[in-house]
Amino acid sequence: MSVKAFNATKSEKVFDIANFILMGIILTVTLYPFLNVLAISLNDSTDTVRGGIYLWPREFTLENYKTIFQYDGLIQGAKISFARTIIGTLLGLLSSSMLAYTLSRPDFKIKKFVSTFLALTMYFSGGLIPGYILMKDLHLIGTFWIYILPMMVSAFNVFVIRSFIDGLPYALQESAKLDGANDLTIYYKVILPLCKPVLATIALFLAVGQWNAWFDTYLYNGSKPELTTLQYELMKVLQSTQQGGSNVNANDLAQQMAQVSPESIRMAITIVVTLPILVVYPFLQKYFVGGMTLGAVKA
Amino acid sequence: METLTKPASTDSEASAAKQVKPKWPNGLWKTVKDQKFLLLMSLPFVIWVFIFNYLPLWGWTMAFQNYKPAKTFTEQKWVGFEHFIELFSDERFYLVLRNTLAMSLMGLLVGFVAPIFFAILLNELRGTIFKRTVQTVSYLPHFVSWVVVAGIVTKMLSTDGGIINDILIGLHIINEPIQFMAQGNLFWYIVTASDLWKEMGWNAIIYLAAITGISQELYEASRVDGASRWRQMWHITLPGIRSTISVLFIMSIGHLISIGYEKQFLLGNSLVTDYSEVLDLYALNYGLQMGRYSYGTAIGIFNSVVSVILLFVANGLFKKFTKESIM
Repeated sequence: MSVKAFNATKSEKVFDIANFILMGIILTVTLYPFLNVLAISLNDSTDTVRGGIYLWPREFTLENYKTIFQYDGLIQGAKISFARTIIGTLLGLLSSSMLAYTLSRPDFKIKKFVSTFLALTMYFSGGLIPGYILMKDLHLIGTFWIYILPMMVSAFNVFVIRSFIDGLPYALQESAKLDGANDLTIYYKVILPLCKPVLATIALFLAVGQWNAWFDTYLYNGSKPELTTLQYELMKVLQSTQQGGSNVNANDLAQQMAQVSPESIRMAITIVVTLPILVVYPFLQKYFVGGMTLGAVKA
Repeated sequence: METLTKPASTDSEASAAKQVKPKWPNGLWKTVKDQKFLLLMSLPFVIWVFIFNYLPLWGWTMAFQNYKPAKTFTEQKWVGFEHFIELFSDERFYLVLRNTLAMSLMGLLVGFVAPIFFAILLNELRGTIFKRTVQTVSYLPHFVSWVVVAGIVTKMLSTDGGIINDILIGLHIINEPIQFMAQGNLFWYIVTASDLWKEMGWNAIIYLAAITGISQELYEASRVDGASRWRQMWHITLPGIRSTISVLFIMSIGHLISIGYEKQFLLGNSLVTDYSEVLDLYALNYGLQMGRYSYGTAIGIFNSVVSVILLFVANGLFKKFTKESIM
């Protein structure tokens, strides 16, 4: 890493320049589509049809954003998306941190059973249709809770947090115990505050998972406009205008949008759906880089 | 390891002591009372996992019945392997299986190798600000949904104003814009490329971390010996992350066949369905939308069984070559 510059030979300089260019290309290819979508979303929608918008809007306007926020479907979708993200993340954090704590306790008698029971779920799943039937039998279809409950406990998240707790000195817990703290107090007062970095990572994973989910809305709540999510609305709009037809029945919002949906408006929705994540993830980067490594090595 | 330093007798003494030691030294009830909070913190979620992860396995019985939603379990008609026989004699199934395997293998090949090279090359980059920028930006697509990615890909490949067509025409490689999304034979490549674009940076994180763990002394020593940067990458960095590579490789083989359906669902359309339909979508279309629950479940079971077999085969090979196991 810290190769000293004065050591560089000619062939190394060539390598450095080639590498720099390659990385520059990767940077451009990754970033350009987002900038292009942003530029189109800020361009006058009739002007966009002429094409040729790349990095900057030609006729700057905020009309597209004003237009999309007048659709009730989008406002409702935003409410549900935020609600499921917040509730799903909080409940997911609670469940995985509690489980992780008990599994980190060497004296916990059923530790082995619980961790095997959990680990097995990483290798199999019942599949789409048995899952659907279960949701139906539990009467979760057509409710908000179908977004939260099935995803609440994730073995992977539990194991990531557990390996973090395993790295903390056990003496902390023992001294708390001597001071008369019970297991619940230790979890809440000792473990949770120390776990902030890993909890931030898991919170990001959970929040992104919830925010980006669309298939559960499609599968279970597609006919319930009051339970629609932003991703699902975007999916309908994009699919209804895709070349070569679509495989979804566009209804209400999608139809309205498809008729008047110039590209600029579709791109504006894309930005609205993407923005919350773009705002959050750079700040959490230092946490998730550590969290990812921990998870893959230990889990 | 301990037997090497201790005389053999202590080992058998230890195991004898272990046999005498009761499982519940303080009695079952006292242990439960002592650990009531731990039990309280774990058992509710164990029940949770049982309901949402284990109960659906019970649903596998549907594949051996003519499942009718209105009837109770005992009223269902058992048909044995009928649905599987029907599945294996359906031509569509082989087409779908071909698509699944083709896209999995392409994804595995490209999606597995590219992040390794990206991590190694990124690590060689000088100038920390540029390096950090590339790294941060490379994670970005991982965090946006497939819905957004599918929208972006469609836009970039579109015939009016899509950058790819614009560039190809600008360079006089083609004269007419190509309708990328309408061509079945291009679909696998589009899916693979989109996946690469979305996940390469993210998948490189773990390799970057592993590279950081390689001792700097190795690099310094090789530099003294006159090794070029290429040789250092080839003989130090790559071997240094070999165990990380193999663990991740086994894990991705386990998921080979369950590649999901999101990309295929979102990027596909009626023109390319012969190339875009994968097992999960096949199960969705036949099972749920046509109400053929039993048939759809049979597809799901086939999917699971094949992934478990692949996982064991991969792990077996891994064990044979490295004398280690990840399971």
